[in-house]
Amino acid sequence: MSSTTTFQLLTADGRALKAVLKKHKARRKRKAFLLVTPLLAFVIVGFCLPILDMLRRSTNNHIVEKTLPRTVLALKEWDAGGTTLPNEPAFASLAQDLVIAQHHRRATQLGQRLNYEFSGLASLFRRSGRHMEELVNEVRSTRGSYKETLIAFDARWGETDSWRVLKRFSDTLVADYYWAALDMRRDLRSNEVSLRPSKERIYLRLFGRTVVISLGITLATLLLGFPLALWIARLPSGQGNLLLVMVLLPFWTSLLVRTTSWIVLLQQQGVINDLLVAVGILSEEGRLRMIYNTTGTVIAMTHILLPFMVLPLYSVMKTISPSYMRAAVSLGAHPISAFWKVYFPSTVPGIGAGAIMVFILSIGYYITPELVGGRTGVFISNRIAYHISSSLNWGLAAALGVALLGFVIAIYWLYDKIVGIDNIRLG
Amino acid sequence: MSSPSPHFVSFEHVQKSYDGETLVVEDFDLAIERGEFLTLLGPSGSGKTTCLLMLAGFETPSAGQIRLDGKVLDNIPPHQRDIGLVFQNYALFPHMTVAENLAFPLKVRKLDKATIAQKVGDALAMVRLQGFEHRRPGQLSGGQQQRVAVARALIFDPKILLMDEPLSALDKNLRDQMQIEIRELHRTLGITVVYVTHDQSEAMTMSSRIVVFDEGTVQQVAVPSELYEKPQNAFVAQFVGENNCLQGTVERTQGKTCSVRLTSGENIEAENVDNNAKGKHVLVSLRPERVRLAANSADLKHCQNKVQGKLQEKIFLGDHMRARFFACDKEGFVVNLPNKEGIEHVKVAKEGQDMAIGWRTEDCRALGLPKPA
Ligand SMILES: Nc1ncnc2c1ncn2[C@@H]1O[C@H](COP(=O)(O)OP(=O)(O)OP(=O)(O)O)[C@@H](O)[C@H]1O
Ligand SMILES: [Mg+2]
Repeated sequence: MSSTTTFQLLTADGRALKAVLKKHKARRKRKAFLLVTPLLAFVIVGFCLPILDMLRRSTNNHIVEKTLPRTVLALKEWDAGGTTLPNEPAFASLAQDLVIAQHHRRATQLGQRLNYEFSGLASLFRRSGRHMEELVNEVRSTRGSYKETLIAFDARWGETDSWRVLKRFSDTLVADYYWAALDMRRDLRSNEVSLRPSKERIYLRLFGRTVVISLGITLATLLLGFPLALWIARLPSGQGNLLLVMVLLPFWTSLLVRTTSWIVLLQQQGVINDLLVAVGILSEEGRLRMIYNTTGTVIAMTHILLPFMVLPLYSVMKTISPSYMRAAVSLGAHPISAFWKVYFPSTVPGIGAGAIMVFILSIGYYITPELVGGRTGVFISNRIAYHISSSLNWGLAAALGVALLGFVIAIYWLYDKIVGIDNIRLG
Repeated sequence: MSSPSPHFVSFEHVQKSYDGETLVVEDFDLAIERGEFLTLLGPSGSGKTTCLLMLAGFETPSAGQIRLDGKVLDNIPPHQRDIGLVFQNYALFPHMTVAENLAFPLKVRKLDKATIAQKVGDALAMVRLQGFEHRRPGQLSGGQQQRVAVARALIFDPKILLMDEPLSALDKNLRDQMQIEIRELHRTLGITVVYVTHDQSEAMTMSSRIVVFDEGTVQQVAVPSELYEKPQNAFVAQFVGENNCLQGTVERTQGKTCSVRLTSGENIEAENVDNNAKGKHVLVSLRPERVRLAANSADLKHCQNKVQGKLQEKIFLGDHMRARFFACDKEGFVVNLPNKEGIEHVKVAKEGQDMAIGWRTEDCRALGLPKPA
């Protein structure tokens, strides 16, 4: 017999206990998994897949290859860095491709897409598409050259830049949406990426504004929410709960109703201005512009996001025993200094949780800035929506979305580095 | 103006009501001498913490006055009272290290850095926590936290140290050890301590005097032994230590003793503690260790009071033996006998057996009951 006997525990019917337990555990796990399956499916379909799709769209570029397959092939040999135009076969392929594209009504679409990269191409493609069939017939009947005919038809076909765009976007995977989203551009000839001149920067400025306004909103909710949470946390729990319900009350009314009621209040012919004029504080001409600008966005969003600040603050404050303050005061600290040195630091996890929540929510906010932001109070999300529903530049919209997502993740990471994410307490 | 009270701390007719309807503290009068270790003992909700908070300045008395060191405290805000306070949950500031916690009262007093460092070092040595200065409170055990809390409350040389159930969150062994440490500190520093607890053995171990509290009124103020041996009223008798409580009516009084007819019919002789007149309802309290047992009542010498009881249960506890009887119409009449020679007859007694129970007049006290129960 070996000196080290390992005991094997057995169940009543003689099976190894360990294996039975393992089996049992596995069954429990399967059951638990079944319970969360619907949610998991929902999250995958409603959250993960759209994000993946967004990532795909932000780099995906099949339109040139699909619309102008022969041209793409013909341009393979052409050196886009040089100064010569592509050769005759390339022109011929383009003509052929465009006839077919026009037939399927895709030439204009392609032009629009390429116009994002190089303005003027939309009209070039629209015109060329419309007339290509005639041009092809003309070349065929005169046995002329496609190159000459096309350049004669529109001088832009004689510019190397037009062709460079075509060649560049023959690639099916491009980063150009990202360059655009970050206000950069890639030189057509040298392929060098550079920042646009400051006057042309739209998105960086919009990102900047979004961040600054969001920070402002976060600060405003903190300034308003902190004393409120402090007060509620100190009330006896019955009254405290009632007040908490009142803090949550805004959640029970539609976001649209809340936002439009701010319009009613704040607009130039609105309640507040009327009142101030009636009392004589403002003259009729001096009515304040409090909406359709940054002010409007900040006011309305502060109101809407306030509960997200108050709730974590409250739940953290509720757990801070009054004996800390008492201890500090009994040790000789003036109540005010005791508050700052002892009470306030204990609320930091709540401030962190509230601030990060409000900030991240507001940085992607859409409806309220759309309704009350006017021109100066709109966010990056409004631009994304514009590209999705109006300009139909989904690739750019996706790139902007990914940039926003990356920014939020960066904030999150930074917060974790500095404060520690497990410091966040929601209750 | 009244002459300043000669006592170190005095509560004078202090009342407190939180809601304006019920008095949480009723007409509280207490004098505390310098260097005393005074314990407030009472059941939960009896107003002990409230009294402490009034002394520390976190609650204001609804009526009456509190003086400390001759000065009326009414208008002195809590941060200027120079009173050290130790809480049940320690209340160490979680975001500060041990050293920072200890330095806190010194920093707010604007002491210079060298002095602070010196005092913090001394304080750590006092509670034997050298080497822990850079830990956070969360990284200390309960006992260590409590030692830091005590050191912090003492580091600024307060006039008086108040402790509100400081050991109730600790386990039994640690509590015993901390009791000794706190008593040691009290002895070496000579500081006045007001201590709150609802654990009577803790109160007995530590205090030079104990104030028993119930429903906002002082029931008895006494040194521990007197509290145990000579409870002044029914509440104290029942609250402090174990007791057999027998109800009855006074039949006759003679000098310091009286004879009581128990509700079960027996007649017994007892000390007449609060001068109960004939016909008054009383509670006769009798400590279990003062009771003797014998097979028949003739063997009970020196016992003026003798009753018969049926043995219900006996428990051997090593150093003593505990027996429960049905006697005087009462289940659970408890008798404790030290484990020494002379109790063999109890050791062999069977459950259900009848035995004679006896005790002396001076060992049982007749205490007036507010109303017939
Ligand atoms: N801030 C307050 N507001 C209203 N009532 C209070 C307040 N603090 C205490 N009380 C009430 O006063 C009474 C005495 O409370 P206190 O805290 O002094 O009791 P305690 O003797 O310390 O009890 P425990 O042993 O449970 O700590 C209790 O009935 C309590 O409900
Ligand atoms: Mg208490």
